[in-house]
Amino acid sequence: MFKIIQKTIRTGIVTKAYPAELAHISEHFRGRPSNDSREVTVDYGLCVFCGLCAEASSDKAVRITQEFELATKNRRNLVLTAEYTLNADRTHRQLGTVRRGSGSVETDAKIVGQKARETIHKVLGRSLAIREVDAGSCNGCEVEIVALNNPIHDIERFGIQFAASPRHADMLLVTGPVTRNMELALLKTYRAMPEPKVVVAVGACGISGGIFGENYASLGGVDKVLPVDVYIPGCPPRPQALIHGILLAVGRLGEKLYHERGR
Amino acid sequence: MSTFFEALQQKFGAQVQSMSAEREQEVYLHVGDPDIRALVEYLRNEFQARLVTVFAEDRRSAEGVFFNYYVLEGKGDPRYLIVRAPVRADHPEFPSLSAQLPAVNWQEREIQDWFGLKAAGHPNPRRVALHDNWPDVHPLRKDFPLETLLPPFEGERHIYRPALGEGVFQVPVGPVHAGTIEPGHFNFAVAGEPILYLQLRMFYTHKGTEKLFEKLPIPKAVFLAESISGDSSFSHGTAFCQAIERVAQMEVPLRARIMRTILLELERICNHVADIGAIATDVGFVIANAHASRLKEMLASLNEQLTGNRLLRGMVCVGGVRRGWDAVQLVSLRAAIDAFASEFQDLIALIDSSESTRDRLELTGVLRPEKARDLGIVGVAGRASGMDLDVRRDHPYAAYGRYSFRVPVYQIGDVSHRMQVRVDEVNESLGILRSAAEESLHGEFCTQVPPISADRCALSAVEGWRGEIIHWIRTGPDNHLERCKINDPSLNNWPALVEAVQGNIIADFPVINKSFNLSYSGTDR
Ligand code: SF4
Repeated sequence: MFKIIQKTIRTGIVTKAYPAELAHISEHFRGRPSNDSREVTVDYGLCVFCGLCAEASSDKAVRITQEFELATKNRRNLVLTAEYTLNADRTHRQLGTVRRGSGSVETDAKIVGQKARETIHKVLGRSLAIREVDAGSCNGCEVEIVALNNPIHDIERFGIQFAASPRHADMLLVTGPVTRNMELALLKTYRAMPEPKVVVAVGACGISGGIFGENYASLGGVDKVLPVDVYIPGCPPRPQALIHGILLAVGRLGEKLYHERGR
Repeated sequence: MSTFFEALQQKFGAQVQSMSAEREQEVYLHVGDPDIRALVEYLRNEFQARLVTVFAEDRRSAEGVFFNYYVLEGKGDPRYLIVRAPVRADHPEFPSLSAQLPAVNWQEREIQDWFGLKAAGHPNPRRVALHDNWPDVHPLRKDFPLETLLPPFEGERHIYRPALGEGVFQVPVGPVHAGTIEPGHFNFAVAGEPILYLQLRMFYTHKGTEKLFEKLPIPKAVFLAESISGDSSFSHGTAFCQAIERVAQMEVPLRARIMRTILLELERICNHVADIGAIATDVGFVIANAHASRLKEMLASLNEQLTGNRLLRGMVCVGGVRRGWDAVQLVSLRAAIDAFASEFQDLIALIDSSESTRDRLELTGVLRPEKARDLGIVGVAGRASGMDLDVRRDHPYAAYGRYSFRVPVYQIGDVSHRMQVRVDEVNESLGILRSAAEESLHGEFCTQVPPISADRCALSAVEGWRGEIIHWIRTGPDNHLERCKINDPSLNNWPALVEAVQGNIIADFPVINKSFNLSYSGTDR
């Protein structure tokens, strides 16, 4: 016992205060590829963040940035197109505008975090329960979801816990392309959850089927089977990206509750 | 090799037709008949050969037949012997080996489900890789298109063996489990607390991976390989790239081979430390897990620093690795190895100081060595039950030939030994990492990929952190593959879990399961 306490004290506090403080990210981390200087369409809902597009783009039209807060409520927000014209010497002559799907993009994690805290405290009675379902993932997304419970990311700071039963859950966090064999289990889990509830699709696979796409065994993204409230890009999304998306979904749940009580 | 072939010809006559070796490590033996029971028996008895994996290929359009491949490994022999046996298209049937070799039980049934070749005489020929509600399709046949739209799933119709007797009842669990883990179904028959037997239903995450490999251009297929089993991204990615490199007869630069070795070992210690923490949690020692997951996080940050991704993705490529490391990255690597090493010793001392933890792990979930041998158990689970196997030592790849390390083997096969194998392996890995990180990493880190000719086969093996990973490929035209067989060690090892839980109380199931920590996605593909 003494050893444990000694070890605990010596280790000190390791939890990082993301999003109150900026996440410490190594300069080598590969986040969102930026395409804002050339006509290219990038779908962050399909992207596995391999970086090949930037390597292939010798004029740096596509660059890799360190942004990762890409979660959104609208699937169309993940498709970005930038317009450009090229000179003969492969430099850009004129830059067009960047087109996005409609709807706002909620990237400021601090604001999202603040709002989510308020929702959890005031509306949800200080706790929010998530039921996670792997509907066919490669387990990469689960590796990062499990990391949310480690002392560094510690999602319980927000009053958020992972629940064993869907009957106690407010949020369904789904990974993977939905396989033919998991469709029914996913639907049953969703139906067992009380209203109001939100569904979050995690990772390229959860959003669009990712690298697996649609085939005889894979139905594709979660929204093929369930209504999705928030999409979190990544392959897998890093833990902070997951926190950002989950907090965004808390906001969405707050809206639903408000709507329900207003009636 | 020729004397070996002559001996086989004397014994088996016209059944053994020819022998060829395009590469030193890979010898193909072509036989004329699908019945290879006597041959396999002979190889096992005479050469202590171990059957590594069994798989099939649809060659009807090119050669008019299907082929079954039996990969064997002789004790102390760095080569793989691959027996190729034809299965007639008009009589799609082959004699099953499962009765004499339970290790191939699932693999033969997978061939049955995916290729429609009947494993005649199989003791339990029911479906395994396609669920019972699937229509009569064989997705890995060439005339089955990847995009085929099947009627929607209407619920599982699998019939489990009934639990009979007074006070005996069934406990079905899954496919969705209580924790954040992958889906699968466990059906326990219990008599009060003790588990009588466990029936497994896997393949819930089957997503057409092997078929999809036949559709992607090779550079993109590398990313698919990284997504076979997320926690083994680098091992599967490397196994895949090695297979292509062998086909194309490419020489991977030393710098890349050393970097691959470093990253493979980082993947190993990252997962081992997480498992050590998780095993401790499952017996109630949660604080150990807090430290273990902190250490894992430390390695995830290092991974990101070295490769731009916390799971080491997007780094390995055909020909080497995609980026070199600068001085700053190398300094971080060395510093992280030292910091991890001292923290790891602390963690183990902490766990060792908890008598109740040790007590719960000892003689829990025992897999006896004879059973491990019969079932063909590999990797960590195998080594905890007397199976002295390690691809790094037995079939060296990357830069493993340059470093010395010990392969820990234990005999009792309980949770405690599976934990101990991990602890020892982390320490050995740290030794490899220290030596490798001191090497001078200069020169090329990737060679140019030559045009890849069609119709070439290659086998590649990697000791992933769970165990032996096998990829076998046949190239096709236009930088595509004709076939890609993936064998994750999990597929071999699930039967070990069934064996190890028998007689244990159901409350110990989580820790026993965790001590194997098998990949569902790697199994189901
Ligand atoms: S998004 Fe990437 S990490 Fe997540 S399940 Fe799909 S392949 Fe795996």
